[in-house]
Amino acid sequence: MNEFYTLTVNGRDHEIADAWLGENLLYVLRERLGLIAAKGACEQGECGSCSVMVEDRLVCSCLVLAASAVGTAILTVEGLAEPGAPTDVQQAFVDAGAVQCGFCTPGLIMATHHLLDRSAHPTEMEIREELSGNICRCTGYGRIIEAVQQVALARREAKS
Amino acid sequence: MAGSILGNRVLRKEDPKFLTSGGVYLDDLEDERLTGAVYVAYVRSQVAHGVISSIDLSEAVEMPGVIGVFTAASLNLAEVPSAFNPAVTRTYLATDKVRYVGEPVAAVVAETYEQAVDAAAMVYADIDALPALVDIEEAMASDNLLYEAAGSNVVFDTTALGLPENTGGEFFADCEVVVEGRFINQRVAPCPLESRAAAAAWVDGRLIQWLSTQHAQGALATIIAANGLEASQVRIITPDVGGGFGAKIGTYPEEILLGRLAKEVGRPVRFRETRSESMMALGHGRAQVQYVTIGGRRDGKVTHYRMQVYQDAGAFVDMGSILAPFMTRPMASAVYDIPNIEVRTTSVVTNTTPTVAYRGAGRPEATAAAERAMDMFAAEIGMDAAEVRRVNLIPKFLEPHTTAVGQTYDVGNYEVAMDKAMQAAGYAELRVEQAARRASGNPVQIGIGVSVYVEITGGVQPMGEAAKIEVHEDGSASIYTGTSPHGQGHDTSWSMIASEQTGIPMDRITLVWGDTDLVPVGGGTMGSRSLQQGGAAVNKAAIELVEQARSLAATLLEADEADIVLDTDSGNFHVAGTPAVSTTWADLAVAATTNADFPDGLTHETRFEASGATFPFGAHVAVVEVDTETGKVRHIRHVACDDAGRVLNPLLLEGQIHGGVAQGTAQALLEEVRYDSDGNPVTSNLADYAMISAAELPSFEVVHMETPTPINPLGAKGIGESGTIGSTPAVQSAVVDALAHLGVRHVDMPTTPEKVWKAIAAASN
Repeated sequence: MNEFYTLTVNGRDHEIADAWLGENLLYVLRERLGLIAAKGACEQGECGSCSVMVEDRLVCSCLVLAASAVGTAILTVEGLAEPGAPTDVQQAFVDAGAVQCGFCTPGLIMATHHLLDRSAHPTEMEIREELSGNICRCTGYGRIIEAVQQVALARREAKS
Repeated sequence: MAGSILGNRVLRKEDPKFLTSGGVYLDDLEDERLTGAVYVAYVRSQVAHGVISSIDLSEAVEMPGVIGVFTAASLNLAEVPSAFNPAVTRTYLATDKVRYVGEPVAAVVAETYEQAVDAAAMVYADIDALPALVDIEEAMASDNLLYEAAGSNVVFDTTALGLPENTGGEFFADCEVVVEGRFINQRVAPCPLESRAAAAAWVDGRLIQWLSTQHAQGALATIIAANGLEASQVRIITPDVGGGFGAKIGTYPEEILLGRLAKEVGRPVRFRETRSESMMALGHGRAQVQYVTIGGRRDGKVTHYRMQVYQDAGAFVDMGSILAPFMTRPMASAVYDIPNIEVRTTSVVTNTTPTVAYRGAGRPEATAAAERAMDMFAAEIGMDAAEVRRVNLIPKFLEPHTTAVGQTYDVGNYEVAMDKAMQAAGYAELRVEQAARRASGNPVQIGIGVSVYVEITGGVQPMGEAAKIEVHEDGSASIYTGTSPHGQGHDTSWSMIASEQTGIPMDRITLVWGDTDLVPVGGGTMGSRSLQQGGAAVNKAAIELVEQARSLAATLLEADEADIVLDTDSGNFHVAGTPAVSTTWADLAVAATTNADFPDGLTHETRFEASGATFPFGAHVAVVEVDTETGKVRHIRHVACDDAGRVLNPLLLEGQIHGGVAQGTAQALLEEVRYDSDGNPVTSNLADYAMISAAELPSFEVVHMETPTPINPLGAKGIGESGTIGSTPAVQSAVVDALAHLGVRHVDMPTTPEKVWKAIAAASN
């Protein structure tokens, strides 16, 4: 059952030609569109390394059928910012030292944006719960939490 | 003159890529040499122990896209002996026997990854099952042998090194108090987020192999041998590596065979494993059963200590089998001045995944045993666990100190580390709060665990490292290092060191590693060796390079060499007192191209040899809440004081501490690789294996302490593993401490609600 369909990723339409409809979104992003920032680390929705946004939902792209995302706005870490102009979250990860091997990082960046877009003043426990679907083996999470808190504070200060 | 950059919290150069386009790990690689690559999937044993009677490939070879299906017989694979016990041999694909679930039995090569995986499912290995040996002590006693030629399932024992057997009860005859314990240091999975992936291509008669590894140069020898090649015919390339934690030090059969497979099919090949495969076939860590006896006086002085360690080697004699004798045993005395110690370690093969190095690699096991023993001794004599430690700590030493087990430590100041951690934690106040909770009968009790540790880093040969610095004609520079980053931030730290000496800005320095054509010799990244050996080599190379550049500058500026100074702020060389008469690194690099003294341009290579290992130490205090009605443990505070010598970059240092504490805590509370009695893994994905998440951890409180080592000019000791070593016993101890008033003396790891609840129930009966 091969089909043609169109996916809107990072504001651009991509024709997906002659694709098996069973392909998951992670596969299509990586193998068909060459967008490699989302990583496959468990392929069962446990680790969050493949996190992307589908409309306003944070999803594990390994669990989403690509063809089911037709007509939605898909956002990956590649689409967050122009080169050289990181988002406040990306910059906070650098400032806090929240990156080590980097494999889980794109997923965490997406999850952090998603959290902060919904919650202006998350508690530490809320941050930990929200990010518990994104496994990181290197950092011990502490400085990721700090990065999230820094952005939340800076955004509140910018508003007031 | 600006101050030194060393010791400053410098942000990582590596990060922008990881945060925007994502790192380029093995499976992300696009390389023209891999054009037309086909995919390899391995058929894995689903039986833990058995004899292969036949392997039926007939259906698999007919599957769509299949190019070839290979077995040990069809590839004519030779028996390869273990490096640590030559009587134990295996072929890279199982030949006559399978010994663990997940062992590669056949290889399928197909046009696509999916076709290879589908075809692999159609290979039928007919295996006559033998009883599976999952338990170390059962395997040791069994005449059901994994390796007949070894004559025993015991594959490595300290008595074979000429070390004595442990003595009998008379060893403790003079002790007023003797306490015994049996401690499980459970098997855990390293779980780098990037599981294994590799690729191989033959280009002009040379094998180019891409590996996700901690040690490309170490893989070289194995790959050369497996392919029957000369050293010059193999090149290993390391892309970004998504974590290693020890499990990516060695090279595995699935990777080693790729060159052979690429040759057979005449195409480049790629391989990647699923998480489930990774959980079964990437090496595991820890896996010891420890019998510990501690004896001493009622005033708290420990005089005698004995360990018998049973190390689970898994189904092969890999690195895991030698960690007990060469890492756990030497560190048995831990931070304590114990006059009489005896240790025997016995490594045993079982029908489980082979064990390898895992963050800490033998030292966490030594520390956990000593710390549990101290706690039990303290409980027996009714003394505070921290006070018992204080009585027994080796006093501060700045000259080498040798323990009763024969290990010499460089420098140590353990009591201060313990005091700092306890003070930061508010130990006395915590005890008051604990007493109040106990008095109130609150079902949620708190426990406080203190651990003091020392470990060994940079202690494995080669105790040295090479470094090369090349200055380019535009004034930028490249550093070539034999260490291999996979999250540590070497690009940042090596650039800091080189920039400090040369004045070349950090952002104009590029790091080259993990490519054996460009860096033929290197010790890789393991055993917390990188900064103290690799970094020290970069420091030495930079200093020597500046000397060479100074002589060239003297020629250029027509001045006396002694009058040439390097302004490390501007990166310019000038004549002393006359800053206007100057030359730049770019000028010098250009000049070097036509100078006979610089046949390779302005480049310098050197080697740093360490005079020995270093011994980082520290103390951790963990605080947990335990719900005594459900057994649920909550880790609510963790204070870590880790002394890694002089600090190069606190941001990178703390990153290592934080990550280590999380992994150590994970072992204490959650993580365990388990098998059923038939040897089937029951934790073979991230849903079943309790890999720790942000929600299970508190913020860590890091307390600084710096006692420089004299072993290298940077004064640096290793920090990569300390957090793991100090945290596990502190957290475990805290859990037990929360239940001490109920009569609980020990709970094995991981301290799951079930185990905690059972311990409470057992103590109340």
